Amino acid sequence: MARSFSANAVQIRRPDIDRFAHSDAAAERERNQLPWPQFTVADLNFFYGNHQALKNINLIVPNRRVTAFIGPSGCGKTTLLRTFNRMNETVPNTRVEGRIRLGEHDLFSYPVTTLRRVVGMVFQKPAPFPKSIFDNVAYGLRLEHRLNKREMAEKVEQSLRRAALWDEVKDKLHQSANGISGGQQQRLCIARALAVDPEVLLLDEPCSALDPISTAKIEDLLFELKEFCTIVIVTHNMLQAARVADYVGFFLNGELIELNRAKHIFQNPDQQQTQDYITGRFG
Amino acid sequence: MSAAVVAYPPLRRRVVNVAMLTLSGLCTLLVVGVLLTILLYLLWNGAHSLTLHFFTQLPAPVGEPGGGVRNAIIGTLKLLSLATLIGVPIGLLGGIYLSEFAGGWSGFAVRYTTDLLNGVPSVVMGIFVYTLVVLPMHHFSTLAGGIALGIMMIPIALRSTEDFLRAVPRSLREGGLALGASKSETIFTIVIPAAIYGILTGILLDIARVAGETAPLLFTAFGNQYDSPGWLQPTASLPVVIYNYAISPYDSWHQQAWAAGFVLLSGLLAVSVVARLILARGKKLSHG
Ligand SMILES: Nc1ncnc2c1ncn2[C@@H]1O[C@H](COP(=O)(O)OP(=O)(O)OP(=O)(O)O)[C@@H](O)[C@H]1O
Ligand SMILES: [Mg+2]
Repeated sequence: MARSFSANAVQIRRPDIDRFAHSDAAAERERNQLPWPQFTVADLNFFYGNHQALKNINLIVPNRRVTAFIGPSGCGKTTLLRTFNRMNETVPNTRVEGRIRLGEHDLFSYPVTTLRRVVGMVFQKPAPFPKSIFDNVAYGLRLEHRLNKREMAEKVEQSLRRAALWDEVKDKLHQSANGISGGQQQRLCIARALAVDPEVLLLDEPCSALDPISTAKIEDLLFELKEFCTIVIVTHNMLQAARVADYVGFFLNGELIELNRAKHIFQNPDQQQTQDYITGRFG
Repeated sequence: MSAAVVAYPPLRRRVVNVAMLTLSGLCTLLVVGVLLTILLYLLWNGAHSLTLHFFTQLPAPVGEPGGGVRNAIIGTLKLLSLATLIGVPIGLLGGIYLSEFAGGWSGFAVRYTTDLLNGVPSVVMGIFVYTLVVLPMHHFSTLAGGIALGIMMIPIALRSTEDFLRAVPRSLREGGLALGASKSETIFTIVIPAAIYGILTGILLDIARVAGETAPLLFTAFGNQYDSPGWLQPTASLPVVIYNYAISPYDSWHQQAWAAGFVLLSGLLAVSVVARLILARGKKLSHG
């Protein structure tokens, strides 16, 4: 009983996306011009050993929109992001409970390597492989596809262009990826993830180590990417969330406090805790 | 303009600083000095024998001047090739297993066994291979020597491979997995290439380490006055030649032992310099 109560409570807090969350009529979504859910998360709990990092999370990540997760350090943003591509399974001694759907299907019904190609991820610290720039971008392609030289070169160029990096590296594609700047490396990691045409891109504080110019480039990028990609971004930068996000979820101590349209969250959030956080009164 | 105030550290700290610097400088000098002294001493004593013939001829009978250690040089190269062929694959695969796959229990077991193996005295290793290979085959051979050296190479090849693989940051592994690579694809296309220079260095140093082993060869490869055809005959090797010549009563053989020692040590130095160069090159590549 308590469980369904808290699920309902979450529903009430985010009326505008919940309207389509529980309606299975595609027609209604079309009529309301609302995006399809990319991820549907129900009653999600996550444990590192005995420590519960996520508590009864219910939410929807809309398709082809930018959703930002905000909240104080240690509240579980990264953990949630990493359950979306099942990276948490590589951490020993962890446990996940609850249901997650990717599109129409159970997230756990996909073979994990397929899932991770559909749901790409960019980590907080850029970690290019110690290979050439070209080989970094080609890495994911080589795993699955047998492309000939020309197709490969085209795909690499396209990915680098999408990541707004092409002009800066086109003359040194075969140099080590460790020789470019941190901001360029982060865009390289984005290009690497884009090369396999993911449907979703998970970004964990992608700009935290970058200067304002690189940050602006990546933010611009997100606007273009959401044309063909669902984006979930974790950020500590409230201004960034306000600039790039269509939806914002606020987390506290492993719980989702509130998820709503970005405007709503920043102008008049339903919860006092959200208000306190975004105005900098704690966290 | 205000005068800059330079605060010197208190006297005690400066004294300690100078003392420690001097001490560590002296220790460095001592280590380098010992190596240099050995090299020069070998050269001084063996110079007389170090002619081209020394490298190209077989040993001369006692009393006759000249002669060389061609058979021992070739023998050592053959022994080391065989040892590498045996020790490196096992060490590599074991190291990959330990760093990437081993659970708590099996990891502990393998690691512990390896450390024990590393501690087995080389003479015991010689006797072990003697019973296992030489006795059944009824004669000493390059094969037996190679096996003994190969087994001795395993622990270090294994542990250094493990160490270099472990040093590959988790972020690189996660990067591979996040692109849809399986665990083994990640290991073979990202982790191992990232560590390859370190692994190669470890193997070269491992080869250099067993190249000077004498005791295990006494019971396995034995020795030979002539070239050893194939792999199943007893063979000469540099360490054993040094040992035999050094304990002989003849002055000319003593000289040859010094010269052979110089050749062996120079070879080892060359290998370790190459190993350092490879490591430096790897560092340079992966840090741009
Ligand atoms: N590998 C791990 N093992 C054990 N506990 C972990 C592990 N990773 C995270 N945690 C714990 O889980 C909780 C949530 O961590 P998480 O990394 O998801 O927070 P976060 O919101 O991303 O924080 P930050 O903003 O600092 O990145 C924290 O209490 C953290 O200590
Ligand atoms: Mg985090």
